[in-house]
Amino acid sequence: MKNGKKPPPPRITRRGLMLLGLQFGVIGALGFRMRDLQIEQNERFRLLAEENRINIRLMPPARGLIFDREGRPLALNRQNYRIVMVREQARDPAAVLLRLAQIIDLPPDRQERALKEIKARSAFVPVVVTENLSWDDVVRVSANAPVLPGVIAEVGLSRFYPDAYSTSHVVGYVGPVSESDLAKIEDPDPVLPIPRFQIGKTGVEQRMEPSLRGQAGNMRIEVSAAGRVMRELDRVEGAAGRDVQLTIDKGVQNFAMQRMAGESAAAVVMDVQTGDLIALASSPGFDPNSFVFGIGSREWNALLADEYKPLSNKTVAGAYPPGSTFKMVVALAAMEAGLMSPGDTVFCNGGTTLGNRRFHCWKAGGHGTVDLRKSLSASCDVYYYEMARRVGADAISAMSRRLGLGVRHDLPMPAVTEGLMPDKDWKKVNRSESWTVGDSFNYGIGQGFTLASPMQLAVMTARLATGRAVVPRLVRAIGGVPEAVPEPADIGLSARSLQAVRDGMFAVTSEGTAYRSRIADPLNLMAGKTGTSQVRIITAAERAAGVTKNEQLPWNRRDHALFVAYAPFDNPRYAVAQIVEHGGGGSAVAAPIARDILMRALYGALPPLAAYPPEARGAAEEMQRALAPLPETAMPEPLERDRA
Amino acid sequence: MSLVDQGRGSRGLLAKLLALNWPLILVICAVASTGFLMLFAAANGSYDPWARAQMIRFGVGLVAMIVIAMIPIGFWRTVTPLAYLGSMGLLVLVEFFGTIGMGAQRWISIGPIQVQPSELMKVALVMALASYYARLDPERVSRPLWMLPPILLILAPTALVLIQPNLGTATLLMAGGGAVMFLAGVSLWYFAAALASVAGLVTAVLQSHGTSWQLLHDYQYRRIFTFLDPDNDPLGAGYHISQAKIAMGSGGLTGRGYMQGTQSRLNFLPERHTDFIFTSLAEDFGFIGAITLLALLTLVVVFCMVSAISNRDRFGALVTGGVGVMFFLFFAVNMGMVMGMMPVVGVPLPLVSYGGSSMLVLMAAFGLAQSAHVHRPRAVD
Repeated sequence: MKNGKKPPPPRITRRGLMLLGLQFGVIGALGFRMRDLQIEQNERFRLLAEENRINIRLMPPARGLIFDREGRPLALNRQNYRIVMVREQARDPAAVLLRLAQIIDLPPDRQERALKEIKARSAFVPVVVTENLSWDDVVRVSANAPVLPGVIAEVGLSRFYPDAYSTSHVVGYVGPVSESDLAKIEDPDPVLPIPRFQIGKTGVEQRMEPSLRGQAGNMRIEVSAAGRVMRELDRVEGAAGRDVQLTIDKGVQNFAMQRMAGESAAAVVMDVQTGDLIALASSPGFDPNSFVFGIGSREWNALLADEYKPLSNKTVAGAYPPGSTFKMVVALAAMEAGLMSPGDTVFCNGGTTLGNRRFHCWKAGGHGTVDLRKSLSASCDVYYYEMARRVGADAISAMSRRLGLGVRHDLPMPAVTEGLMPDKDWKKVNRSESWTVGDSFNYGIGQGFTLASPMQLAVMTARLATGRAVVPRLVRAIGGVPEAVPEPADIGLSARSLQAVRDGMFAVTSEGTAYRSRIADPLNLMAGKTGTSQVRIITAAERAAGVTKNEQLPWNRRDHALFVAYAPFDNPRYAVAQIVEHGGGGSAVAAPIARDILMRALYGALPPLAAYPPEARGAAEEMQRALAPLPETAMPEPLERDRA
Repeated sequence: MSLVDQGRGSRGLLAKLLALNWPLILVICAVASTGFLMLFAAANGSYDPWARAQMIRFGVGLVAMIVIAMIPIGFWRTVTPLAYLGSMGLLVLVEFFGTIGMGAQRWISIGPIQVQPSELMKVALVMALASYYARLDPERVSRPLWMLPPILLILAPTALVLIQPNLGTATLLMAGGGAVMFLAGVSLWYFAAALASVAGLVTAVLQSHGTSWQLLHDYQYRRIFTFLDPDNDPLGAGYHISQAKIAMGSGGLTGRGYMQGTQSRLNFLPERHTDFIFTSLAEDFGFIGAITLLALLTLVVVFCMVSAISNRDRFGALVTGGVGVMFFLFFAVNMGMVMGMMPVVGVPLPLVSYGGSSMLVLMAAFGLAQSAHVHRPRAVD
């Protein structure tokens, strides 16, 4: 401070410096705060900033394709054209949708649904308006792009089944992941919740899901605070699902379906050497393409209400009384137990009396003296009542298991039935009753408790034909790597017994019940066995009045028609098992169908008419000409096949 | 600072220009330039809509500052009552004709120009207080009776600003006015008493929340509570603070690089051209950039304070000191706010944030300080 003469003007030096000091203090605090945030806590905040900006987006893998044994496609991925709309570009989505509806088919309810979703999502998120469009629709939308702001045609992959009705049960179908699907899976794949991601719902699609699905790729993207995608940072490519090749021959499969058209029936063709299932045809089929985008309730209810049960896979899930096709099992059980030799005879007078109950042979007058060969060719019931009485339930049950009945075969399909080959314990446990001789009689002719699927009957036939424990298989290769075919073990039955049974089966087609359905080509002679299994009880009164003819019964009370066969007789290649539900007699209904299907497999094409017996050629020609075309899918044909 | 030996008002224009506080001007230009840089970045590398407009305003402001500086400080002292009453009038006016902006009545439109009267008032208040204390006998400065006029001068505009409502500016007016009184030599006891009553007021404000006599708006309470615990509502009211801290912190020592900061670029950072512009700079240029800007801002304050201390003219000294303190309060509140040290009260970073009337008023204030500097009394040997 300086002192002049006059009172010095008061300076603010002291207070100024004090204030400056105060300010420096605050500035120092600010500086320390910067240091704390930017140096001390840098790593933490850097991490938070990265979390803010980076999102991970999954890229669903392309699903593996399904081929038949010749490499022909059974399930494809096809390009699915869809229309998406971006609100911020459309500005007035309702007006744009109305304009869009003039160009492509867009019902008002779908417009409404799309509009609701558009409003619910952020302005820049594309919302699917409609999908599964034709290329023409896409072209029309693109041509009108100037009046359709915010409308974008996109392409995705969706499943397509070219042989819709024919392979529906084997291949199954895919569908959108449902809440219950998610709940069932313990360690869900992160791709599952992606909208419109599809997984196998049934058939091979479901059971081979792990191979078919593949590995999702992911993409790290940078997003703005509003969630808009700014750019892609990097991506990890996923792996496409592996292709699955089945043992099915599409030609045989389709023929079988055509041949069975109009019937509730099932046919299984099996390679007796490898166990390859050449055809697993269950009629009627359904269109699996309907399920890909979610099936309509009307269509669904119609499928459920159909008494021919199109949704059930009768080949592996249908359990039927095998009827007379079971007689080889009983004969083998008796022979292997030493209780019968092929030359032994039984006298059939049309029935057997047990206590006060009469067990009838199907032939009212009886077969007279019957040996093993005749018992099969004429399908004498009395002979097998006697054999069943001799050998008993447990031996029959054991033999049936050796031949592949009453056991579950591991096939990649849902609801593969075990069938039922009862023994004494089974009845005690399940029915709380003791096994009776009458039960054995019914067992002897494949009735009563006995149940088998057509696939099991095909396995039985293949094992009879080869004497080896052939195991059925459906998958030929996964991802191009062939599945190993283990050499089937010897079944352990004496050659003499097997040969006797085979001779009997040959007699069936060469002189017996299936004579009219024989194959005339000496290189492809067939051995088989007919079966007619009752689904109702014939009362004594009805029998006295004359058994009601099948044609006079309501459909669902008629007998099942069955037939099993293999060919060529001297060098077996294929076995077939055929059932026509409530079809009537096995020889009249099942045998001709099975023969035709077997021939289709043997000749690799429609067989020459010369292979048919002379008297059947006219009918065969008519059959070949009138072969009903398979119903076509309602889905449009795929426009492009990405991998086929 | 050497004192130029020249008489008041008797010099040529060139001499006056040379007498300007050039270091202060240079630092102001440097600070404003960082603003241009960040406004260019905020528009994703474009001069529009912010950087170009800001540069033009700054140019106009710079010219205005020099023009004001050329006019003798005595003139400004003379028009002080006019400035204060005019500002008061405009403040009253915005209550009735003001435009709604940012949820508060703050703006008044005069033709194409939008004026924020509360900005004008910051300068006018400093002038009024300086004028009062320049006239008042230093002996009486701390007498209670003579304390009343300045307190009224402060409280009248503060009350008007509070009901706008603009808590940030009201705080700045109180603190700035208090600082001028402090410079004028008001007894420290008064300040101790004022601090104590502020503490009491804060308690009352917090206590009144949820009662019928609630003193602040709900949104102001939310801001306070959010400030006290920003993490309990990271996507709601605390979002701004949380994101700002992430932006600052992720910058690190050297920053993410110009226009590379993800928080700013991807809009996680709110208001990055106005209140949160410092955060954006801190993200792009890191601690080095942030501390450099802080240093530049500190230099502005230091130059003002040094000029004030060395000025024998009491009005000039108080105005210069008041402008410096106002400027200091401005950036300290803004930085404290964006760094989560105080509630978000909506105070922009002076010279840097985008904003027209704020920039022009600030440059005018520096013009006054420059005028005081140029026209300071000759040194007495």
